[in-house]
Amino acid sequence: MSVLTDLRASAVDTLETVGNLAKLLVRLTAASPRAFLRIDLIGAQIYNAGALSLVIIMLSGLFVGMVLGLQGFQLLQRFGSEEALGTAAAIGLVKELGPVITALLFAGRAGTALASELGLMRATDQLSAMEMMAVDPIQRVVVPRFLGGVIAMPLLAAIFSMIGLYGAQLIGVQIMGVDAGSFWSQMRASVAIGDINEGIVKSLVFGVACSLIAVYEGYNAVPTAEGVSRATTRTVVTSAVLTLFLDYLITASFL
Amino acid sequence: MNQAPPIIEIRDLNYTVGGRPIFSGLDMEIGRGSVTAIMGPSGTGKTTLLRLITRQLRADSGTIHVAGLDVESLTRPAIYELRRRMGMLFQNGALLTDLDVFENVAFPLREHTRLPERLIRQLVLIKLQAVGLRGAIDLMPAELSGGMTRRVALARAIVMDPEILLYDEPFVGLDPISMGVILRLIRRLNDALGTTSIVVSHDVQEISAVADRVYLLAGGKVVAHGTPQQLQSDPSEIVRQFMGGLADGPVPFHYPAPDYFAELLARDGFA
Repeated sequence: MSVLTDLRASAVDTLETVGNLAKLLVRLTAASPRAFLRIDLIGAQIYNAGALSLVIIMLSGLFVGMVLGLQGFQLLQRFGSEEALGTAAAIGLVKELGPVITALLFAGRAGTALASELGLMRATDQLSAMEMMAVDPIQRVVVPRFLGGVIAMPLLAAIFSMIGLYGAQLIGVQIMGVDAGSFWSQMRASVAIGDINEGIVKSLVFGVACSLIAVYEGYNAVPTAEGVSRATTRTVVTSAVLTLFLDYLITASFL
Repeated sequence: MNQAPPIIEIRDLNYTVGGRPIFSGLDMEIGRGSVTAIMGPSGTGKTTLLRLITRQLRADSGTIHVAGLDVESLTRPAIYELRRRMGMLFQNGALLTDLDVFENVAFPLREHTRLPERLIRQLVLIKLQAVGLRGAIDLMPAELSGGMTRRVALARAIVMDPEILLYDEPFVGLDPISMGVILRLIRRLNDALGTTSIVVSHDVQEISAVADRVYLLAGGKVVAHGTPQQLQSDPSEIVRQFMGGLADGPVPFHYPAPDYFAELLARDGFA
């Protein structure tokens, strides 16, 4: 009986969170057009979420691409079709690995920074102080951070895929000796615009999801040291699970 | 001394948090242009009262009028409009940590006005000069001491020339010199700018020196009010306990607990 009650309570909790996230998303979307009047605020947040994540994104992209080159080569060699390495790497990166891994890294790097920043602003009364100065903290603080993340994420995913492709080429062509001409020409011939669209849609959706969760957790953090740390942890966990779940939904919808 | 109608008028205020009543039937009047101290033991909801006056919290029942407006019935834009006429000094200053001193003080001007940069700079310099921190204009909040942080926050609170200034525990954790500085600033700014000041504090001696009137809260009600001198000579037990700083009295030293000996014995398994 108590298990059932617990289950019911946690289901209600989860539904409530989903509802609050949806409400916040509506509020942020409604406030977004006005935020573009203060483009400098959004620019600063694109820098925080995007430019400051560049190193980790580029390094990860390079290594993922190199692994892809190695594994792909080993696999394709069994069927004697090493020239397809370019296609395999490109499709894998653009459709899946680019958006998904970028989103996971983004949640870890930029999402946690956002959540803990907002949580600490809450804990140190900075958000209340803004309220008292008749400045809406959602409009002034949360919306620019949300938009910064939404804009930065697809750009980061694109950079990840590009560097990844270079990594695959580095291993496949430069070291394993796949013919450079067939690597690139097969890729150009068989990667369709639909594949690229799928990657763009995914990175946009993941950008919205990860940024939304980060600002939600941070803004609603319990204003204590423990509360802020829990908000930060939840940001990473929820973002990661939601990203993978949405990934499945989008992949299925593109079939 | 209050010929003019009060600028803040609270009638029969009730407010409950998690089933625990914080205020039950609180009445208060604050005269225009005065310095009013709100005192009371920790946990009586002094800070909560400031948040109710500024509608950062909503009352359960009762009315709060500020400058003739019923804050409970105001729309969100109207409450923002009213807050522009108020300045609040938070307990820890609540400076925006990513902006330097200049930008912190300039923040309300930048958000609410379209003044030219030169004028913003002049206004900020004037306010910082008033709190004695013109020289700290380029420092970041992390580089300021506790007293300096509060003075910068005070400069920010007065930069829009508010009609009402609210101070939330302005002396907590300050050394005697910084405390004296803030104390004198409260009186001087009040008289020079023609504002009304409300100071939440439990530093009895300090605040008595500058306040025109004192409200003493306990148990969700006003238990005494009057000039500091009147309260010093008030015969009631709770006022004497608070003004004299006595450990036990109507406000008990012990948090409510079961019988002492019974509990001691129970822990050893004898009960």
